[in-house]
Amino acid sequence: MSSLSDEDVRALETRANAIRQSVIEMLVAAGSGHTAGPLDMADVLTLLYFHVLLHQPSEPDWPGRDRVILSNGHICPALYATLAHAGYFPKEELLTLRKFGSRLQGHPHREALPGLETTSGPLGSGLSQAVGMALAERMDNPYSGRYFYCLMSDGELQEGQSWEACMLGGKERLHNLIAIIDRNGIQIDGYMQDVMPLEPLREKFEAFNWDVQEVDGHNFEALNDAIGKAQAVYGQPSIIIAHTIPSKGVDVFERDFRWHGNPPGKGPEDRVPREKQAEEALRRLRTLAGAIMASDHS
Amino acid sequence: MRAKHLNPKLFDADIEQMSTRDGFGEGLREAGEKDPRVVALCADLTESTRMNMFAEAFPERFVQVGVAEQNMSGVASGMAAMGKVPFMASYAMFSPGRNWEQIRTTIVYNNRNVKIVGSHAGVSVGPDGATHQAIEDIALTRVLPNMVVLTPCDALEAKKATLAAAEYDGPVYIRLAREKTSVVTTEVSPFEIGKAEVYLTPDSGEQKVGIIACGTLLHNALLAGKRLNNEGIGASVMNLATIKPLDEDAVLAFAKEHQALITVEEHQIAGGMGSAITEFLSERHPMKITRIGVRDQFGQSGEPAELIAHYGMDVDNICEAAKRGVVV
Repeated sequence: MSSLSDEDVRALETRANAIRQSVIEMLVAAGSGHTAGPLDMADVLTLLYFHVLLHQPSEPDWPGRDRVILSNGHICPALYATLAHAGYFPKEELLTLRKFGSRLQGHPHREALPGLETTSGPLGSGLSQAVGMALAERMDNPYSGRYFYCLMSDGELQEGQSWEACMLGGKERLHNLIAIIDRNGIQIDGYMQDVMPLEPLREKFEAFNWDVQEVDGHNFEALNDAIGKAQAVYGQPSIIIAHTIPSKGVDVFERDFRWHGNPPGKGPEDRVPREKQAEEALRRLRTLAGAIMASDHS
Repeated sequence: MRAKHLNPKLFDADIEQMSTRDGFGEGLREAGEKDPRVVALCADLTESTRMNMFAEAFPERFVQVGVAEQNMSGVASGMAAMGKVPFMASYAMFSPGRNWEQIRTTIVYNNRNVKIVGSHAGVSVGPDGATHQAIEDIALTRVLPNMVVLTPCDALEAKKATLAAAEYDGPVYIRLAREKTSVVTTEVSPFEIGKAEVYLTPDSGEQKVGIIACGTLLHNALLAGKRLNNEGIGASVMNLATIKPLDEDAVLAFAKEHQALITVEEHQIAGGMGSAITEFLSERHPMKITRIGVRDQFGQSGEPAELIAHYGMDVDNICEAAKRGVVV
């Protein structure tokens, strides 16, 4: 892993945008699924799979790989799209999401698709598994330099199991464990501040003896710096609270919690009528891609 | 009456007593010696589950997770993902009781090589009362696809089951009991995952009633079998140490040899071993089956023997059920 040049950032932005377009196409073809989380985690996933990770898409089981454990399985359209764009499987297969016989199950099933490190969906289970993997690694290869990245939602921090895992991660001082939280502030029933607030969040993790950073989850340089620092922390596991905008990239969907669990065509109609939601989302992403290409990063 | 592979003191008052959790403790330590991939996780019940024998021998391979059974399931799954063979132990009421969904999704559906060890199963936990008496765990585990469910009948079989589980590649549930119970088998009694054993058969004449037992109540079943045979009612006893996968060939053959069957388990009659037998035989060989077990009630505090009697699982209850089931 290295620092990012302006050219790198431009390439990552373009890639993330293409992944978002795939996500929209997949959700439209499926007719169900989650929109807000997959769109807002596209940047984190793109940075991981196209810059940070040690991995070999042609050999998904390569033993030397870093592990990405997706805990909030419902954002799998973004993980599937990222894996396909990274070369794990053909992009054409993305449109089979949620269909009978597909390897792209509605929530990820490890044995169905190469590149998945676990089966997930029921919330709050991923961090425990990441703790177990990091523990096992420390038993066998304490100096391997491999990392275990657990991707979590903020909503699933309402599950008690998340904090059981935090306790053990802190006790075991797992420096090879980095959790990234999609802090988009929404959940199915509304804004988290109304449903069940988490704040003060940073202080909660600090109290469990984790190193905590907060970053803009859409700023590649900031995210990359935070991951670099998390890798350098010794004697503590790391949390990166990535502040994200729900449905990032499709401005007419952004920030509205009602996009949590609906696909384009079935979302709230205040800003775009249902029959135009898919088309509009893709049009805006394509336009944005143009804007990115034209913007001055140099 | 022929009894094979059984303790010569089977029907004596001074038959050796040892708990199945003790057998597990010995088995896990031996599995740890044989295979460096074996690791152990416990949720603050290390001595109670007898995992302390492993923890003392291999402290670097023991993980104390605290009172957090849900997390323990996920941590075990993660360790299995890295090639370990994790055994995770608690009381059956908490694992697979409290953490059932984590076991289902993170371990079994995810197909991770984790061994779930539930101690203190059954009402014979005794004075702790109903909150700690797991009589639902067989139902919870056997409903899961690809799960192996083992209910060893004594300490020796628990040790063998533990060693077999360590060698088996896939999720396994091992059900253990707190109390010291009769050691009915011997060192050389066969144990194989998925194999039922007929331990008692009448000398001659018609085999009228077949008793299928699992867990530590096997001893009561054998005592009942002896009494029935002495009274002229030909009775056989099968030890069903593996509830899943069910040894269908053996169960079907056993059923066909008898007029009636009795199932005996320290578990709710709904969903347990008796249910597994009735589900199978209702499709393949419908017959009269009486299920001995707890009948849709919770347990309570008391001494193990009085609880077993109160909930209708003692030798008298088995004999009465057998007599009701057959035409003498």
